[in-house]
Amino acid sequence: MTYAAGLVAILAAVWLLLSGYFDKPLLLGLGAVSVALVVFISLRMRIVDDEGLPVQLPAGLVRYLPWLVVEIVKANVDVALRILRPSLPIRPRVIRVRAGQRTDVGRVIYANSITLTPGTVTIDTEGDHITIHALTEEAAAGVLTGEMDRRVARVEGRG
Amino acid sequence: MILEIVSSVLVIAGAIFAVIGGIGIVRLPDFFSRIHGAGITDTLGAGLILTGLMFLSPEWTVTVKLVAILVLLWITSPTATHALANAALETGLRPDVDETEEATSSS
Repeated sequence: MTYAAGLVAILAAVWLLLSGYFDKPLLLGLGAVSVALVVFISLRMRIVDDEGLPVQLPAGLVRYLPWLVVEIVKANVDVALRILRPSLPIRPRVIRVRAGQRTDVGRVIYANSITLTPGTVTIDTEGDHITIHALTEEAAAGVLTGEMDRRVARVEGRG
Repeated sequence: MILEIVSSVLVIAGAIFAVIGGIGIVRLPDFFSRIHGAGITDTLGAGLILTGLMFLSPEWTVTVKLVAILVLLWITSPTATHALANAALETGLRPDVDETEEATSSS
């Protein structure tokens, strides 16, 4: 029931922000009806749970995202400069690392963070091991330090 | 005025990164390394352009929508990239690599 209430709150917020209507009773009423309909359908589909609505994540994400954005910018500049150098200094390699997250959501965040960072792409996931294609030695070494792994594990929290 | 300058700088920087991503797709040698070039366009190219547009939005609801676009893009693009790379791997395409190593992160 907590998740249903959370879903109502999020859908109402999204509806208000996207429409920008705050003082038109008819439109607000229609918005309320659509929110109610979506919640009803979601409950019938049984997707209103901790995976469909990961309420435990935002607190950790607030701390993780700024760090991730900085890493992405650094990696972008590095890869961009390598692409522009006439000698094209790349040394592609494939590495396998362990994802230390407890939940599927955590592993998805980790794998997607790796892909989002230029220079490393997750090409395969199997159980708690992920296979990564790295463009350079430095990019591979960056993943192997395991710092991102630990930070994502912290995002999951201890629940 | 200042907002327009900040916005222009960000949009132009984003456009430059998008073009570099395109150059990367052409210059890099094999499928798997070309994906990294596309990654530049996806992340910093789109990110800088959208951030630049935020400075020009006439009201705050427009800013909220641009943020929503950025969040969705940064979630869906790595997912699509992974789907593409994984599909290539599953159908037997092997990365052209200097070396393959088995490693475990230190955590």
